Formats: sequence, structure tokens, C-alpha cells
Amino acid sequence: MAPRPWPRRPAAPVLGAMIECVGLTKRLGGRTVVEDVTFRCEPGTITGFLGPNGAGKTTTLRMLCGLSRPDAGRATVLGRPFAALPNPGRRVGVLLDAAAQHGGRRGREALAVAARTMGVDPGRVDPLLALVGLDRAAARRRVGRCSLGMRQRLGVAQALLGDPQVLVLDEPANGLDPEGIRWMRELLRDFADRGGTVLLSSHLLAEVELLVDRVVIIAGGRVRAAGGRDELLAGRGTLVRAADEAALAAALAADGLDARRTPGGDLLVDAEPERVGRAARDAGVVLTRLGEARGAGLEQVFFALTRGEAPAPAGARRPVDDLAEAIR
Amino acid sequence: MTSAALALRRLPRPGADPDARPSLARLTGVELRKMADTRAGFWLLAAIGLGTVAAAVLMAALAEPAHQTLRGMLEVVVLPTAILLPVAGVLLVTAEWGQRTALATFALVPVRGRVLAAKAAAASLASVAAAALCLAAAAAGTAAAAPGVEGAWSLPAAQVGQLALYAVTGTLVGVGFGAVLLASAPAIVALFAVPITWGVVSAVAGIEDVARWADVDRGLAPLLEGPMSAVEWARAGTTLLVWMALPLAAGAWRISRAEIR
Repeated sequence: MAPRPWPRRPAAPVLGAMIECVGLTKRLGGRTVVEDVTFRCEPGTITGFLGPNGAGKTTTLRMLCGLSRPDAGRATVLGRPFAALPNPGRRVGVLLDAAAQHGGRRGREALAVAARTMGVDPGRVDPLLALVGLDRAAARRRVGRCSLGMRQRLGVAQALLGDPQVLVLDEPANGLDPEGIRWMRELLRDFADRGGTVLLSSHLLAEVELLVDRVVIIAGGRVRAAGGRDELLAGRGTLVRAADEAALAAALAADGLDARRTPGGDLLVDAEPERVGRAARDAGVVLTRLGEARGAGLEQVFFALTRGEAPAPAGARRPVDDLAEAIR
Repeated sequence: MTSAALALRRLPRPGADPDARPSLARLTGVELRKMADTRAGFWLLAAIGLGTVAAAVLMAALAEPAHQTLRGMLEVVVLPTAILLPVAGVLLVTAEWGQRTALATFALVPVRGRVLAAKAAAASLASVAAAALCLAAAAAGTAAAAPGVEGAWSLPAAQVGQLALYAVTGTLVGVGFGAVLLASAPAIVALFAVPITWGVVSAVAGIEDVARWADVDRGLAPLLEGPMSAVEWARAGTTLLVWMALPLAAGAWRISRAEIR
């Protein structure tokens, strides 16, 4: 094969989305852990697969990677089932669990074995280890004696080893310090900007909120909301707090404004901050906080789902409707 | 552009054709490497090697001259391989589950039968190497002892092949037990306990005539003793069917359906 000019990616025959799940369903031990999960990921995007622990994120990702057989539905990567990829490591970088490494194997050796398996130039191993911030001493350490953060970096290095077009990462921010999360964000952003597709899961919204540009929210095995991050966050009202909350609530009600208490203790109002501010001023209520509820929308959904408050949607639905319902 | 992102772009290119399926030979090489590149794996193989050499030294130094022949040496020198290599076969499979490396392994090679085939091939190659080591150790021991016994160096060619077969099948029995149970401790215990139990139960139950067609000790021992009769071959065959082929098939079926977590 003729050498290609870097950084152009080798074109794989792709029809449709880079990642596509259609009606994925999985029953384990008589319980439906994933039900009718449908979403797709396009090139150039970072999709956050978000949900509380036990929501079915990992099971979905395992089905996507051919490690678990769906009871219904199908999942494809680059237009085919994962198992039909001749050398998947060269197309799809997978990190499903950073802890799933042999404790008695050295970090560098784990990477060398993976490189050998997929026929990757072993010369990539050392620069990649340096890139993920594992120095020589760390790479020589047996994995059993590495911290979760180090294993996470090792796992990311392994996922990048085959120069893939698609990354599937389960809880990649887990165990990383804030500096590590920033590093991960830059790395993945660049990966996506060069046409790569990233699907990453997290149970902590705040951890990945700035990292993703698309969001799929899953809870109780079902997709509850999906769409662009900004689209889901836009126009979600105003967060307001007052020393005297009852007075504020009364003032808002008098002005015909709908307000709802957030888990954080603020009131979420379906109006512009200016109008809320005027209402408070007219009633003589002292505000201690007033601002746009940017991000609160997603957080609201998330909190609602975590506490199991989101109603299981019946029949045909638009994810965005669920989101709106969960907020109001 | 961040430094990490820049560095990512500057990495060496991964290599030729990204859609070339890794060959079985490549996967076998990887599995051989995985047998030895962990702490437990390394010391297990080292113990086999050291045990083999130690057995040869002890035989040369202490045994009766009548036993210091190449064949006599071989019968003793083979013991570390016969006992420990099947354990390496077990671990080759069960470590993937116990250490959860199956997740990464099958994400790189999703056709699970190919992984199991590569493991069986790796186990076989390691066994042939172990048999060669046994032969070399026995020869060195014989040369050192120089027993001065008639026919000290006589070894039928068939027996060399049988030695290799004994080592290979023994390790594959381990692979099979590992594949059926997918857990190190139960598989190793079963590997030693089940054949013994089989022998005891069959003796007590008075079904020895039937049971010895599947008795690991008596069925396979002739492989090490010299040229075998047709009946001995048949018994070795049925024994291997029960203790090697059946577990391998059941294990392959189980692995192909297992949820990898």
C-alpha cells in the first residue's frame, strides 16, 4: 500500500453513521438492562453517553463492541457489525474498563502486545506512552501497582494505538484529576476535529459537559434525551435565589411566571433574567443570585433521572420532549 | 493546537493495510508472548525449565546406573512438564477472565474462535519446546552420568514423537479445562482432582474395564514408555477424546456465547 500523506485518514467504506445503534435491547437475569436504545454518531463529533450508574451505558457499549449479544436490535461501527471488522483495533479504539488489565503485566508490555496483535509498528508504543503522560518508570511498572489514573491513561494509549477513526471510551474521565480531564478534552477535541468520531460515557455530567458536543442521556436502560449539547441547553430559563424564597416565589407567581425548585436550592424560572429581576424588584425581594440557566437544563434531567423521577415514556416520542418534560 | 494533539499527529504511522486480518500465526505469537510476559506466567515457565534441569542433575548424581539411561532419565525429567505445563494451559485461558483482559483481547479479535485456536496453537508450540528441553536435559544427564549400561542411548524415534504428543495433549487438556470453567482456581483443582476421582470411583464401582478407556494416568502413560500397541493407542485416543477434545469443544461453545465483561 502506498504511503499516505499525514494527517489524511484512510477512507474506510462507510455507509451511514460511524456508530449506529438501532433498537438495542439486552436482558440479563430476567431484567431488561437495555431497552430499545437507538442513536448514531457522526464523524467529527464527540458524543457523551450519559446516565447514572446502572443505566445500561456499559452494556450498550459492550454490545456495540461485539462483547455482548443483543437480544434485539443491532449495532454497527463504520457501517458493519463490530465483529465483521477484519482488524477492529485499526479502525475503532476501545477502552471499556481501564481496570481490566493483567495486574502482573507491565504497562508498556500490555501496549506492545496490543500493537503486535493488530500489526501496528511497535515504534508507536513509546511515543504514545509519553503522549499520555506515562514516563519510563511508570510504563515499566506492573499494572497491578498503577493507580486508576495511570491505568486510564494506559487504556487511552491502547485505544489510540491503531490510529483509529472511532473511539469508544467507557468512563474515560474516571480517576483523572482536573488536569487530566483537560488533557483528555484537548486530545479528543483534536481527534474529532480531524474527522474522528468519539463516543464516551460518563455518570458525572460536570466531568464531561465541556468535552462533548452531542449528548445521549440514558436511564433505566432507555434513551431519555438526545441531541446537540447546546441545543439541549439553550433557552432553559433563569436560575434565581433570594434570601426570602417564599417572597420570591410569591412575586414570580404574581407576575405569572412558572418557577420550580432545583436540587441546588435555586428557583428555575421559565423567563429571561431581566424579567425575573424586574419582578423581584417590583416586589422588593432581595436577590442573592440571578443568572441564565445555562447547563441547568441538562443537570435537571440528569438529577431527575438519577432519582428515578423521569417517567418512562410510552409509545412514540421525541427525546427532546422528554427533556422538556423532565425540566418543567 | 495543544502539545498532546500535536504529539498525536507526529506519532509514527501505524503501518500498512489497516484492514488486514491478523493471521493465526501472528495471534499464536501473541498468545505465546502472553504466556510468559506476566509475573505468574514467567515464574511458572521458569519453574518448569529449572525443574527439568534439576531433575536431570539429580538423576545424573544420585540414580542407580540402570536408571541413568536416556529413557530412564526422560521418564523423570518429563515430570515438571507433565505436571506444570497443563497449569500454564489453564492460565492461558482463565487469566483472560480472572484478570479481565478478555475485554481488550476480544475487542481486538472479535472472532472468539480465532483467539481460542491461537491459544491452543501457542500451548502446543510451548509443549513441543518443553519436550525438546526434556530431551536435551535427559541427554545431558545421560552424558554426564555415563552409566556404562548396555543401550543407554537407545531411544526409538517413535518415542520422541510420543513424548511431544504427551506434552502437547497434556497442555491442551489444561486449555480445555480452563475454557470450560473460565476461572483459574476451579480449573486447576479440577485438572488434578477430577481424573484422580475418576480412577478411584471406577475402581470402587467395579467398572474399571470400561473406565480405563478414559483413565488419564493409565491411558496416557504408555506414550512415555515406548512403542505402543494398537489397544494402547486406542485407549489413549478415547482418553484424549474424553479429557481433551470434549472440554475443548465445550469450552469453545461456552466462550463463543459468553458475555465478556
